[in-house]
Amino acid sequence: MSELGRAALLVTLGLSAYAVIAGAYAAHVGRRRLARSAQNALVASFVSTAVAAAVLVAALLRNDFSFEYVARTTSRALPTAYTLSAFWGGQEGSLLLWLLILTGFGAAAVSINRAWARDLIVWVVPVFAAVSTFFALLLVAVASPFTTQPTPADGAGMTPSLQNPYMLAHPPLLYLGYVGLTVPFAFAMGALLSGKLDERWLIATRRWTLFAWTALGIGQLLGSHWAYVEVGWGGYYAWDPVENAALMPWLAATAFLHSVMIQEKRGMLKIWNVLLVILAFSLALFGTFLTRSGVVNSIHSFTQSSIGPWFLGFIAVVVAVSLGVVIWRLPQLRSTTKLESPISREAAFLYNNLLLLALCLAILWGVVYPMLSEAVRGEAVVLGRSYYDFFLRAFGLPLLLLMGVGPLIAWRRASLKSLGTTFRWPTIVAIVTGVALLFLGAGRSIPGLVAYTFSAFVLATIVMEFARGTRARKALGASSWPGAFTSLVSRNRRRYGGYVVHAAIVLFAIGVAGSSAFDSVAEAKLARGESMRIGDYTLVYRSLSEREASNATEIRATLGVRRGDRDLGTLQAGKNAYTIEQQVSNEVGIRSDRLTGEDLFVIAEQIDPNGTVYFRVFVKPLVNLIWLAGLVFLLGSVITLWPDRREQRRLVARASTVGLPATR
Amino acid sequence: MTLALVLAAALAVACVVVVALPFLREPEPESDSLDDLDEGERHRLELLEARDRALAALRELEFDHRTGTVSDEDYRGQVGVLRRDVATALQELEREPGEGRPGDGRN
Repeated sequence: MSELGRAALLVTLGLSAYAVIAGAYAAHVGRRRLARSAQNALVASFVSTAVAAAVLVAALLRNDFSFEYVARTTSRALPTAYTLSAFWGGQEGSLLLWLLILTGFGAAAVSINRAWARDLIVWVVPVFAAVSTFFALLLVAVASPFTTQPTPADGAGMTPSLQNPYMLAHPPLLYLGYVGLTVPFAFAMGALLSGKLDERWLIATRRWTLFAWTALGIGQLLGSHWAYVEVGWGGYYAWDPVENAALMPWLAATAFLHSVMIQEKRGMLKIWNVLLVILAFSLALFGTFLTRSGVVNSIHSFTQSSIGPWFLGFIAVVVAVSLGVVIWRLPQLRSTTKLESPISREAAFLYNNLLLLALCLAILWGVVYPMLSEAVRGEAVVLGRSYYDFFLRAFGLPLLLLMGVGPLIAWRRASLKSLGTTFRWPTIVAIVTGVALLFLGAGRSIPGLVAYTFSAFVLATIVMEFARGTRARKALGASSWPGAFTSLVSRNRRRYGGYVVHAAIVLFAIGVAGSSAFDSVAEAKLARGESMRIGDYTLVYRSLSEREASNATEIRATLGVRRGDRDLGTLQAGKNAYTIEQQVSNEVGIRSDRLTGEDLFVIAEQIDPNGTVYFRVFVKPLVNLIWLAGLVFLLGSVITLWPDRREQRRLVARASTVGLPATR
Repeated sequence: MTLALVLAAALAVACVVVVALPFLREPEPESDSLDDLDEGERHRLELLEARDRALAALRELEFDHRTGTVSDEDYRGQVGVLRRDVATALQELEREPGEGRPGDGRN
């Protein structure tokens, strides 16, 4: 069936190329049927890509090792779920997933908006199609998943660290995020090319951007948890280039989601917003390039390949063409409204944008510098953790504070007197928290103490906003307090969903500060019956066991754990020796305290033949707040993404007034 | 091999039909030009956006004042400007030929 897969990809390439050429020509000369035909080609390209994807899935499930890709990424012993995850575990498969999501999103976004924003869509289609043409071309000419070979008896298997349940969700979510950022990019370019720079491109892409941003955020958190439980080095984020690759577009999209509010409310920052959209999309492409080209040394770079120059060329074309179009439309993008005061909500959002962008660019420099130094000096100079930590503190802490400040300042201008009144209680809460923590010993890490103090400030502002808003809605006639609360959130989902997301970021900040600034570590080589101490914990090494699983030999050391006089049961840490892959992985032991959010984290670094084990043990305070933040983040995003009927009615009324169809 | 090629050919033919559908459905249309917004409609759309923006800003200010997020002093300094913005937007819409009801944007 490899022929069907190859043919389906060829059809996708043909359809995409047709959609670019026919779509652009139709938009330029104003041909309705040709434009519609190009839209149909984009939709059909999703179907043909889905056929190609189905062929690959079938080959994976049938262990058809005549497919080079299947033989390289799986083996007969691999459990079915991981066999399926091999679809995105290798380079060719992950590029096919990119194309599948891209054509799917393109078909959906165009179908949803083609009546309501028809004059915009005619230019959106060729932009979408240009991106899918690039990926289809890569899959047809450079990295085909359908290359065949004489069938070997078994496959090479999967990298052990990828044999983890998190790998079933983490990469697809990142791809949903990366590819999702194509939607705002295509609509922004469509608006610029068509010259229709009214609000419709923002309205059409708002939820897509939020969705992509949410998927990227959750995908990164799942990746962090995967690194924490699977990679086995004691942390969850190593400023690895591929981790940074996902963080950078997320930061750019975060900046866009804030600055777009200024455009919607005040008609300002139109140039800035399209530049952020271009940046976010370019960084998404760059992220895929980093992950899949093998150009950087990373625990995530599972491939060395020849697609790098293609990607760099495409990114260069995207950036050059996009900036050219922005410069062409500059006169139409200039806003007539000006910033009235440096003390206003739009100013706070602007500061937030500058800090987010500064952090994003600092990370980008950290990622690019080793590549540049290698190209220029022949030696890769890697910027270490201290570089990133410095900028995280320099830009991240003010960003944390701004999360509390921004939403409480009035639009346009605010007086200093009213600021004093508004921020009185949050400031008192922050100072009391900071002083209390200082007395409790948190002063040993000043950045950690500052992060906690700012977090208290932000949480106080969020609680205050919800309390005041609920009280106001009750006064406006809500029948009960829960009714007033529900009415408050449902009447302004973006604002109050946004506050929930802010609360998630605060939880995340507390978790990161606790687990990195206030953690402790101990190491010891223990024989059976010996013990070690870390903080209040006492660990006794009791036994060593070995078990044959379907794809690995599992060796586990069992430790008895006590905290003070309390017996907390046992914990296992060890190693898996993967037979086919000929690799060994650390399998860490983690005991979480649900009440305090603290983890006891045990790594069996070295297991000697005589049964002695070299243990490294961490105590990580509040680390579980990071994972809890993921759930809160998801809740906030869902609230914000939930359709708003009142807004829909308003948009329909507006559209019908100018003769546009009353549907989106 | 043969089955794969037959399926591939069927896929290609189906895709060509889908792409050609607009021409098959309307072989000789009265007009084949894109149904674009004219200058007047685009201007009206911009005015409607300005009206909705002004109304939303006024609503938000009123609510923020009610909750206490915006002080009396800041409220007094802004409410007049925002009301003028709303009035200007509504007046400009009324001057436009074929405008919708001024209250369309309220909810």
